[in-house]
Amino acid sequence: MAMTIHVDIVSAEGEIFSGVAEMIYAPAVMGEVGIAPRHTPLVTQLKPGEIRVDTGSGKDMQHFYVSGGILEIQPHVVTVLADTAIRATDLDEAAAQEAKRRAEEAMADRSAEFEYAKAQSELAEAVAQLRAIERIRKGKRG
Amino acid sequence: MAGAKEIRTQIGSIKNTSKITKAMEMVAASKMRKAQNRMAATRPYAEKMRKVIGHLFHAHPEYKHTFMIEREVKRVGYIIVSSDRGLCGGLNNNLFRKLVKELKEHRDAGTEIEFCTIGNKALGFFGRFGGNIVSQATHLGDMPHIEDLIGTVKVMLDAYAEGKIDRIYIAYNNFVNTMTQSPTFEQLVPIPSTMEEDLKHHWDYIYEPDSKEVLDNLLGRYVESLVYQAVVENGACEQSARMVAMKSASDNAKNLIDELQLIYNKARQAAITQEISEIVGGAAAV
Repeated sequence: MAMTIHVDIVSAEGEIFSGVAEMIYAPAVMGEVGIAPRHTPLVTQLKPGEIRVDTGSGKDMQHFYVSGGILEIQPHVVTVLADTAIRATDLDEAAAQEAKRRAEEAMADRSAEFEYAKAQSELAEAVAQLRAIERIRKGKRG
Repeated sequence: MAGAKEIRTQIGSIKNTSKITKAMEMVAASKMRKAQNRMAATRPYAEKMRKVIGHLFHAHPEYKHTFMIEREVKRVGYIIVSSDRGLCGGLNNNLFRKLVKELKEHRDAGTEIEFCTIGNKALGFFGRFGGNIVSQATHLGDMPHIEDLIGTVKVMLDAYAEGKIDRIYIAYNNFVNTMTQSPTFEQLVPIPSTMEEDLKHHWDYIYEPDSKEVLDNLLGRYVESLVYQAVVENGACEQSARMVAMKSASDNAKNLIDELQLIYNKARQAAITQEISEIVGGAAAV
């Protein structure tokens, strides 16, 4: 029997593939890599592209598309941590700026949802007080 | 017949409320199942990620990433995961109360605190609590996507990399089972190395393109995946807490209706008795 290597392809939102293979081809940033069993330990980033898994035994190759991620190789295990999001430094930066801006907005202008959450908690307190008063009154009457 | 009509309207309004709570309970139950599935789906990624990070600690990279180095703590950052909506029992309040206790310890020790809030409730609470909220994310919905969190987390990680924050924690509700959710705090960065030094053999990965870039990427993703998992777990907690809260609300409504029904029946019976005795008394007088 041919030598095999265990392959796990996972993304943050679910498992994509798990099984044994004879050969894996992945789109690393420095060029496509082919991984055979007993490959030396390696970590690399992936670029958008196709991962092909040769499960051997004459079956067709399995294809998976990834939009990037991390590839980790241990002699008997290959792990692909695939991204579900499209990543780029400037995109990430923009998202960070956006999150910051939202926080500043919420801190500065204490209206809308922010007030709503506050009002809701105050309302809950008031309702609890009313209930207590009602209970006391009932107790007196009864 | 004093109060009978009032009691009847009260019963009616409680019945309406109990219909709503019953519906919310059922919605929460079905959402909870989905949220639990989602939680199970994210687990393999987190596990694999942890494994890779574990390997990385065993390896001896020539480049030490800032996320792996402990430093003196002057400022701490908290990523707080909460729900967007209320009516889920004490879920958020339990978390906040426990957190406030811990924050007080930090304050007493003279450490400054920065917040990153996820979810409306945390934003509302910690806005009033008086802290510096550096980033936030709300309205993630029932199906949170990692894209929605990248920016929020990046603000914190950047602050850490620049040395503005010396430690980052995450606070969220850990899903134990449907009935139990436990408020949990974890240290995110610097990554706590639980692995004991393993000096069996000295090895390191080959890094492509180079160790700095790969580690930057990998550790950033590691933290993101932990935050994402916390968000998903908190989502499942929210639904199950809401289900339990709504169930007890429906039960209470049922009890209340039973009690009021009894009072109503008594009042009605009393009124009838009175009427009969009046008629009998009237007839006897004639």
